[in-house]
Amino acid sequence: MFSAVNLVSRYQICRWLFIFLISISVPMEVASASEGLAQSGKQLTIVKLSKVAGVLDEMEQQGGDEVLPIFEAMLVGDLYFVKADKTLVIVVERNPDDESVTVSNAFHAEELLNFGKAELKKVRVNNKLRRILRSKIAALTLSSSDPDIRESAVNNMLQNLDDENIQLLTSAKLTETSTAIIEKIDLALTIALLDSADDEERLVAIDLLRGVVEPVVRNKLQSLVEKDSQGKYLEENRSIVYASQSALQQIDRKLRVYGFIERVFFGLSLGSVLLLAAIGLSITFGVMGVINMAHGELIMLGAYTTYVIQQQFPNHIGISVFVAIPAAFIVCGLVGVAIERGVIQFLKGRPLETLLATFGISLILQQTVRTIFSPLNRQVSTPDWMSGALQINPGLAITYNRLYIFIFSLLVFFLLLLVMKRTALGLYVRAVSQNRDMAMALGIRSNWVDAMTFGLGSGIAGVAGVALSQLTNVGPNLGQAYIIDSFMVVVFGGVGSLWGTLVAAFSLGMFSKFMEPVTGTVLAQICVLVFIVLFIQKRPRGLFPQQGRASES
Amino acid sequence: MKLRRLLTMTAASLLLSLSTAAMAAETIKVGVLHSLSGTMAISETTLKDTVLMMIEEQNKKGGLLGKKLEAVVVDPASNWPLFAEKTRELLSKEKVDVIFGCWTSVSRKSVLPVIEELNGLLFYPVQYEGEESSKNVFYTGAAPNQQAIPAVDYLMNEIGVERWVLAGTDYVYPRTTNKILEAYLKAKGVSDSDIMINYTPFGHSDWQGIVSDVKKFGSTGKQTAVVSTINGDANIPFYKELGNQGISAEDIPVVAFSVGEEELSGLDTKPLVGHLAAWNYFQSVESDENTAFIKQWKAFIKDDKRVTNDPMEATFIGFNMWAKAVEKAGTTDVDSVESAIIGITSPNLTGGTAVMNKNHHLSKPVLIGEIQNDGQFEVVWETDGVVPGDAWSDFLPGSMDIVADWVPPIKCGNFNAKTAKCSGQNF
Repeated sequence: MFSAVNLVSRYQICRWLFIFLISISVPMEVASASEGLAQSGKQLTIVKLSKVAGVLDEMEQQGGDEVLPIFEAMLVGDLYFVKADKTLVIVVERNPDDESVTVSNAFHAEELLNFGKAELKKVRVNNKLRRILRSKIAALTLSSSDPDIRESAVNNMLQNLDDENIQLLTSAKLTETSTAIIEKIDLALTIALLDSADDEERLVAIDLLRGVVEPVVRNKLQSLVEKDSQGKYLEENRSIVYASQSALQQIDRKLRVYGFIERVFFGLSLGSVLLLAAIGLSITFGVMGVINMAHGELIMLGAYTTYVIQQQFPNHIGISVFVAIPAAFIVCGLVGVAIERGVIQFLKGRPLETLLATFGISLILQQTVRTIFSPLNRQVSTPDWMSGALQINPGLAITYNRLYIFIFSLLVFFLLLLVMKRTALGLYVRAVSQNRDMAMALGIRSNWVDAMTFGLGSGIAGVAGVALSQLTNVGPNLGQAYIIDSFMVVVFGGVGSLWGTLVAAFSLGMFSKFMEPVTGTVLAQICVLVFIVLFIQKRPRGLFPQQGRASES
Repeated sequence: MKLRRLLTMTAASLLLSLSTAAMAAETIKVGVLHSLSGTMAISETTLKDTVLMMIEEQNKKGGLLGKKLEAVVVDPASNWPLFAEKTRELLSKEKVDVIFGCWTSVSRKSVLPVIEELNGLLFYPVQYEGEESSKNVFYTGAAPNQQAIPAVDYLMNEIGVERWVLAGTDYVYPRTTNKILEAYLKAKGVSDSDIMINYTPFGHSDWQGIVSDVKKFGSTGKQTAVVSTINGDANIPFYKELGNQGISAEDIPVVAFSVGEEELSGLDTKPLVGHLAAWNYFQSVESDENTAFIKQWKAFIKDDKRVTNDPMEATFIGFNMWAKAVEKAGTTDVDSVESAIIGITSPNLTGGTAVMNKNHHLSKPVLIGEIQNDGQFEVVWETDGVVPGDAWSDFLPGSMDIVADWVPPIKCGNFNAKTAKCSGQNF
């Protein structure tokens, strides 16, 4: 291993040599392409942000493919320069231990150097430059060997169809092998045809674009039916205007359908969050009849368990979520059992006292978390497989985190149903909740069953916390945001009915998501509350009231 | 070892309290009115520490007028009515000479009647919605024309934004700011159909529908931007959802007015990179004053990871101006300090000088920064010179003709320049 100092000094020598060489070569005006590139590269570190675009053009002309790694590094913010001599370098590795950075020379990738953080400065980029870089990279990577890179290059060009890009795409089509990418290129070329001089060609293009929901297509067609200030169409050929109008109608019809599907998914997703939050409560409140105001804080504890687990496996975020689910169940289950044994069992049959006591517990839990973890929100990372969206088509995408949480909520629900209907514990729980004295007479330890039931409900609240940690901020107040919603769902669905909770959660989710675009978020929440109040007036026992003798007591 | 430290600490604090008791008559009392518990504690605790640091620094220099400064810290606990009570306590019981405090607009509005009644002095260090100028308050944060309007100018002129989403949390600051922005955009010729306004409750976390609407709104081929007055921690799920739905800062940039270094510290900033914020100060600005300030702050708070932010700079400027004004007036008497402070200058941390204007607002530079991977901001644009804070917006029909001027002969916080009348309704 070379020491850092050694490397730097070696590098210094190289640099002087380099400068020396340049100083010889410049007077003779035989600077090679790559030296010219290095020169304009240096400009990057000097000029104002507004002038950088020009420098990039220059570099692209001089360097060709050579600039690709530089542009890519610049795009992601890895392009730095040495403060002392303004040499461009690309970050290879950041060493958090000694605050140093390993970099490679931007023009000689094999040359590795080590610098202190303070010796380097980042080459500034802004959004405008990032966009320029992206399109330059697209042009350079259109012939990449990786089909994914090629596809993103084509997608990028689709947004910016100038003559140069069309030429590049036309030639790329000849060598392209992947059918998906060929389709994309065809689409781009069809869009380009809309600007053709031949009206026949344009009509054919419009016909081909019928029902394509790509936003570019819609915007292009929209521009064909635009009117001027006197209300006359800008486009002279009427048949093109009519064709575009009918194509647009078709696209809009499709978009409306997709928009509806998307809304339904949003509703289901909100419903699944409500279901997760409420399902634990439907056990403790619904089945046991305990008004547990600390339910939200149990959810919060679940979310904090996820945080703690992630701290243990900082390099395995993807797996940590799976570890967090049973961990949160156990932690919150134990806390739940402790609450039941320590407080609630002494308040049996006194709902008002239970309410106050559990409210006190919720404050204690919040403050404990504040003391241990600080009042600031904690950062729970989202695993890669949960980020991004499933792109069904250009007009419809479903985000992965919501999709997985929807599936997860159903999984939890059916698992709980199985426990309640098929296991001995479930049998005991139902027996005790229906007729405590009779159950005790048959030899069921009702105290033990109470503790287990409360633990089960609390554990499920913890599992909900794991899911919510992926959607919202993990902080001491997390629980408060969900406690009212949870009670709302359980009461609406019918106290004691698991299926009722399921139906209530999804219908409330749908209701509020379909209200949202009409009324705005704030009013939508109020509408949901008003709706439930009115509903309870009509059916005090909720959607699915418990039948039989148990319901009368 | 621990015990010994505890003992020395107790001894030290005993000594301190003894000495303060002995000097009680000789000190200048500085009230600190920031929430140390409740929802706002996250942001306000930092400002309390900043004031304490400034006091310590001033005492090292020998205090003011030959007297030591003494901090009186109270905790209004993020409870708006309690802010008024604590102000009354500070002014009538503790008899403080000046108060540094408040964060949310609603807390300031709660303090105003008390501070005017008892003729106190308040330095308010946070960006706010304007439409106010009290005789007893000095506003060292940004007025809308020092933050929101330049940000919109930047987006319009540099980025070429044509379609606007004004998204905010549902309370007084976003509502007023968006009203001003809407009027401003329309004056610039933006049509109604190119403006989308959206309000969400505090702590909103289910952004999927709204982000999807923003995405549709922004897919018409015209460059779109979101101007966000979304408050506090609702921001993180919002940015996350933007990232998940595939909207990058290049497609639809979001410029935020309440997201700063403190809010970003310790967060995963991956989904936020490239989005913008408008402030009068960023920690990343290179200047000698700033380097010294950051060093001083890290040493005072004994944590190398702590960041600095815009309201801290505003506190820094406000405190320095007050100290200068007290020295100029030769007394801590409220009326004398009030007239002495107008025209006083103090160095900004970003280089340049801040001036206290006649309307009790500062002249400050405006910076636009892009969020970087490390939670810091990279300045991408700044105003040519300083921008004087405007108490009454020039873009709202009700406040167009109104100016605030606390220098004789006008001496009024709400002076109608057209009718030459002082309404006396200063807030």
